[in-house]
Amino acid sequence: MKTADDTQPLWRRRRLPAFGRLATLLGASIVVTAFVVAIFAPYLTPYDPFAQDLNLRLVPPVWMESSHAAHLLGTDQIGRDYLSRLIYGTRISLLIGVLTVITSGLIGVTIGIVGGFYGGRVDALVMFLITCRLSIPLILVALTVVALVGSSLTVVILTLGLLLWERFAVVARTTTMQVRNLDYIAAAQAAGASRAHVLVREVLPNIASHLVVVATLEMALAILLEAALSFLGLGVPQPLPSWGLMIAEAKEYMFFSPWVIVTPGVALFILVLGINLLGDGLRDMLRTDLRHRGW
Amino acid sequence: MHLVFYLSTMLSFIFRRLWLSALVCLTVLVISFMLTHLSGDLAASIAGPNATAADIAIITKNYGLDRPLVVQFFDWAGHVAEGDLGRSYLFHVPVSGLIRERLPVTLALGLTGLIIAMLIALPLGIIAAMREGSAIDRGIMLIALLGQAVPGFWLGLLLIVLFGLNLQWLPISGIDTWKGYIMPGFVLAFSAIPALMRLTRSGMIEALCADYIRTARAKGLSTTTIVLKHALRNAAMPVVSITAVQLGFMLGGSVVTESVFAVPGVGYLAWESITKNDFPVVQAVVLFLAVIYIALALLADMMNALLDPRLRI
Amino acid sequence: MAPVLSIANLRVSFPRMEAVRGVSLTLRGGETHCLVGESGCGKSISALSVMNLLPRSAVRSADHIRFHEHDLLAMSERQMAWLRGDKIAMIFQEPMTSLNPAYTIGSQMAEVLERHRRASRRQALDRAAELLARVGITAPGMRLAQYPHQLSGGLRQRMMIATALMCDPEVLIADEPTTALDVTVQSQVLRLLRKLQQEMGLALLLITHDFGIVARMAEHVSVMYAGEVVESGPVEQIIKAPTHPYTRGLLNCIPVPGMTKPGEPLGSIPGGVPHIGRGFLGCGFRERCPMAARECAEPVHLHDAGEDHFYRCRLPPDWKLDASP
Repeated sequence: MKTADDTQPLWRRRRLPAFGRLATLLGASIVVTAFVVAIFAPYLTPYDPFAQDLNLRLVPPVWMESSHAAHLLGTDQIGRDYLSRLIYGTRISLLIGVLTVITSGLIGVTIGIVGGFYGGRVDALVMFLITCRLSIPLILVALTVVALVGSSLTVVILTLGLLLWERFAVVARTTTMQVRNLDYIAAAQAAGASRAHVLVREVLPNIASHLVVVATLEMALAILLEAALSFLGLGVPQPLPSWGLMIAEAKEYMFFSPWVIVTPGVALFILVLGINLLGDGLRDMLRTDLRHRGW
Repeated sequence: MHLVFYLSTMLSFIFRRLWLSALVCLTVLVISFMLTHLSGDLAASIAGPNATAADIAIITKNYGLDRPLVVQFFDWAGHVAEGDLGRSYLFHVPVSGLIRERLPVTLALGLTGLIIAMLIALPLGIIAAMREGSAIDRGIMLIALLGQAVPGFWLGLLLIVLFGLNLQWLPISGIDTWKGYIMPGFVLAFSAIPALMRLTRSGMIEALCADYIRTARAKGLSTTTIVLKHALRNAAMPVVSITAVQLGFMLGGSVVTESVFAVPGVGYLAWESITKNDFPVVQAVVLFLAVIYIALALLADMMNALLDPRLRI
Repeated sequence: MAPVLSIANLRVSFPRMEAVRGVSLTLRGGETHCLVGESGCGKSISALSVMNLLPRSAVRSADHIRFHEHDLLAMSERQMAWLRGDKIAMIFQEPMTSLNPAYTIGSQMAEVLERHRRASRRQALDRAAELLARVGITAPGMRLAQYPHQLSGGLRQRMMIATALMCDPEVLIADEPTTALDVTVQSQVLRLLRKLQQEMGLALLLITHDFGIVARMAEHVSVMYAGEVVESGPVEQIIKAPTHPYTRGLLNCIPVPGMTKPGEPLGSIPGGVPHIGRGFLGCGFRERCPMAARECAEPVHLHDAGEDHFYRCRLPPDWKLDASP
């Protein structure tokens, strides 16, 4: 007779507290809003984001002095409407985020599942690849590739996609290892299902929930990295309204009109926070471990 | 007898780990070479957009870019092995000299960032773990979440405007005095704080739930001893690993921070070289940062082996 | 003789469970008192309440918990910490997880004396070596430098006992100290505990689910069921004339030396331990009891069966199963 439950009466299911639920909801609504804004950008923008008006340069936002009611968030150094550029910027950030995650997810999940499922030497090779990837300085390599190949949206997406797969691989590998030994996987194999079939039909659905969490975190990272690359001038090319690029272009004016760097940065912050909140919420919902607390 | 056994297992662990690190180094060597030679036409990139076909032909010949890639690689790798990282196209001096000159600045910056990150993240992580589920814990985790969403370069610019321009407490750029390290150090630290804090917290929560903590309390030990000796020691292993890894990331991330604050370190050098097509320098910095990361990961594993008696046998 | 430790009407509740419902207990110097019952009956929780080591979500209340004349309920966590490990020591069931894997045996033993006696590391290690020898561990000097994972389960539990004895405590609480051990090792550890208890004049509160251990070790026994002490008294008395239907059932399930005839089948108690929520009234055993009646759903008082023997049941001390309707 084991009496673990006697000395440790507090094994309880971790429930999502009200605070956490609220945060997840907030995150989800930020993300949904961002997608709606991105999709309907042409209908939401008051101006053409590329249209210059050299007579109205660096007009401050409406809550500041000498602003124009027509330009809610003001205009940039060559008189383009800031709000319109911010709205179109949502498109670029989300495009980068989603496509990068799809690229890196495909690479990482394939590598991770193969390593976790086959084990042994295959797994050793997978671990080696992950180690190599981690030791490469991410931003530096991305900057170099963009500098050599030329800056475009596609190049940024592919470069980040080829670099950001390691967390997918790590999670896919560990979860596959856990799933591999379950009875029904063995049963599927015993029933004569091919390995590829077992991997795609049986393993993948079982680890999908974990991968969704990784996807949110990687998406946030990709968006931040794109902004940093564009800020350094080696990301999305001008005149695209990338938020990072907007900050870079506004940098020389920040000492006189600091709001020019504040608004795109805040947009970036809110979007990334929303994605992270959503990801954290999903992870907490997935967490089913039972814990005892003696402290 | 026991000691001999201990030493032999320890040595074989170290040997295996060194062998793996050497393999990774070799792979990174290949990658950093391919990075500049496989993407696009290197000679055209060096020559710049206004070059004529004749210019490109001359550059191709001068730099030996017409030789087969394999030959070029072994030529370069051979020189690297001798410590010769090539010559800068732009400055016409050995790359190793350039890096040696700039490295101390980047290392100092990285260490400043690491110390700031640890001073903030470790105490907050421990406090959050001790008060798990309380308002304090939630507040601390909220800080981590907010911090994760702030773009580092943007934070840098805001700090420059606030402390450099408006308050005039700190220099806007450069590192002429020690004050110059504060803002870039903080921005670098900021990127590492959330991960370090979360890991400290989760490690401490797990450790504080352990049966041996109840034993320590049953022995009547003080809270300080229980938390700092018994729990922290067991939570320390993942924290040590992530700290080393984060220092590696910070050094890699110095490209952005050094550009924002115009700090003349390796990262700034790399950024300048990239924009000016000085690829031997870029190649060397990539290789250099990778080797530092590999060394840090190795160091973390060694420290963990020392921390956990179970790993040693 | 005045009791060393006395608990009166202890109650411990968790958010969705009443774990201990009015437990009273006295422990005299030099005596072994066994707290016996199934898993989940609240015996470990009672012991942890004495040490104030309950999980955070537990709420503890009692008329008093006294160590000599000190009221432990009135003590702050700080004051309790100075008492724990010094005057009252405790050992746990799982000697592997109860030891810190990161520190040597010597370090984990020495810190007790360093804390409570302000001893130097040297003095503390000498004392540790002496106690390791006393609990029958050979080459104590070598053991002090070893880590928990290098010892066997039996050795670890001996080391736990030695650690508990570092400051010459008056009370030792042992929570199922042999449950996780092999049967042969169990017997050695029990013999050791008995020997140390007698030599050092310890008051031993031994928690177990095994009546065989009770018969072997204790002078006094309290039988717990569903958070209550259902019967308590001198061990020979209880074994000879168990009164509560649960105690009778429990004794029927095990072979007791001198009581069970060879070849006679052992009994079992049908059903399982009930969940005790807030506002539960009456006898917790009534759903499994062959003698249950309507009045069992009302609060049951403690009855005196004489000679320090008490039981919590409506039936007379000499009830017979076949005498019931």
